[in-house]
Amino acid sequence: MAYALLPMVSFVLGMLVLPLVVPSMTWQRIMTLSCIFALLALSFDFLAHFVGIVCLGGAFFTGVGGYISGLLNSAFGLPMIITIPVATIAGGAICTLFLIPCLPIRGIYFAIVSLMYPILFHRVIQALNIFGGTDGLPGLATFPNIWVELYFIIPMTLILTFGLRRLVNEDFGIVLRAIKDNDQAVRASNINISWYKTKAVFIASTIGCFAGACLAHLYGWVGLSLFALDFSIFPIAATVVGGGGTLVGPILGALILAPLSEMLRAFGPLRVVFYSLILAGLVIFKTEGFVPFLERKYHQFERWTEI
Amino acid sequence: MNEVVLQVKNVIKSFGGVKAVDCVSFDVFKSEILGIIGPNGSGKTTLVNLMTGFVKADSGTVIADGKKLTGLAPDKIAGLGIVRTFQIPRPYHSLSAIKNLVVPLYSSRIMRTSGGKLGDRDTVALDILEEIGFERDAHVPYKLASAFSEGYLKRLELARCLALKPNMIIMDEIFSGLSVSEIAAMIPMVERLQMSGITILMVEHRIRELFQLANRVIVMNFGEKIAEDIPDNIMKSEIVRQAYLGVT
Repeated sequence: MAYALLPMVSFVLGMLVLPLVVPSMTWQRIMTLSCIFALLALSFDFLAHFVGIVCLGGAFFTGVGGYISGLLNSAFGLPMIITIPVATIAGGAICTLFLIPCLPIRGIYFAIVSLMYPILFHRVIQALNIFGGTDGLPGLATFPNIWVELYFIIPMTLILTFGLRRLVNEDFGIVLRAIKDNDQAVRASNINISWYKTKAVFIASTIGCFAGACLAHLYGWVGLSLFALDFSIFPIAATVVGGGGTLVGPILGALILAPLSEMLRAFGPLRVVFYSLILAGLVIFKTEGFVPFLERKYHQFERWTEI
Repeated sequence: MNEVVLQVKNVIKSFGGVKAVDCVSFDVFKSEILGIIGPNGSGKTTLVNLMTGFVKADSGTVIADGKKLTGLAPDKIAGLGIVRTFQIPRPYHSLSAIKNLVVPLYSSRIMRTSGGKLGDRDTVALDILEEIGFERDAHVPYKLASAFSEGYLKRLELARCLALKPNMIIMDEIFSGLSVSEIAAMIPMVERLQMSGITILMVEHRIRELFQLANRVIVMNFGEKIAEDIPDNIMKSEIVRQAYLGVT
């Protein structure tokens, strides 16, 4: 029993204790931002490896979630405790509505369309000069202090991760995984695959919009940079580094890559060069990702007893 | 025996210039085994796809119990109890055999008919798998579908159909790729299904086994129906020999 629980417990405790041991407030801030990226990576991994939809809509989700939350806060003066849940649910619904027409297409084609939406929204806001135009909406409510910030986002990340891990092994999750394996056979089983894919996209975009809404209140500002392509591309890198199809992997990947990117700031303009080299190295030497690698190593200790 | 459960009327389907199914009509009676044979490329699988909604017909209608099937989505047709197996098995590779059956058990048809009193889907799945020849006490039902041989995959296909509590099963070459002993094990299963009142439509290349099972046989060639009769008469038919052997 202890053997089965140890990895999960150490992961959860590690996540909860890490903010206490990092040296400065800057690093605590980086920790929360990593968790935002981790949530996006989680939603990417869920769609890619359990539903078979390659969705590069991370930036779309953060943008929509962030703007809804920002607008509610600046225009109506609603507090964070209302704006974040509303932005999460409403944002998820809006993103899903926009993605529904693309559901019959798969693979790289879906990826292209989902990548197009953030760019589209970015340009529309810029061109029509709505929602603050290029200046964005400043002066939003922020979290009272760094501890509230940390101990709201980290537990949420953990809850969503293990919630999804449970979901994919429930009967509903089994249907989603079946759609990934063979959608025609699922159709022949009297199951409307579009409906199930819609539900899955809603779950993923809700997680993404939650991340976006939190991000808006972390910065106290929403702007066009919420639609930045980083939010779409980073989750792929995090999933590859952490190990796809594990759900914990992308979290770990994000928690490695985001701080790494910060550490490399010392290199100034060469930062991206070193970042790319490290990323390439990880992909070449640990292709399967960290979590499957650690899992394999851990299972080798299964029958390991002291003599 | 003479109640018509499915009617195919003047169905036409072309792929580009090729007429895959050319004005085919036939009736299917309740609880019979109807065989469909024909040389390669004669349009048998296309006919199955047309009946189950995977391919849209250019013209013509398929009617089941007074309901028009043409134009319905595949999942809707399956919901009416007309289910099919695939010629090339389509299992869910990353799931175990039991979880493969959880998918049809999660369908609205089963939820509707069981009235929410299905119980644990895994248990129901295990019962169905045992019925179809997966050893309950062995490790087999828990193995991933990717580890199964062709024989097990074909049986899994059939199990997926059975899980949907069908009125009619359309078997697209369920015997192909199986060893003689596997086929011998499969024949009583098909007979048992017929006895339980399920109508069966079999597309087959294994003529000997099919003729042993079928009540009636339809022969297709170049998209057209060239004969429809009881197996004995089909065997004697000159026109069928010509289609198969190319004798002029």
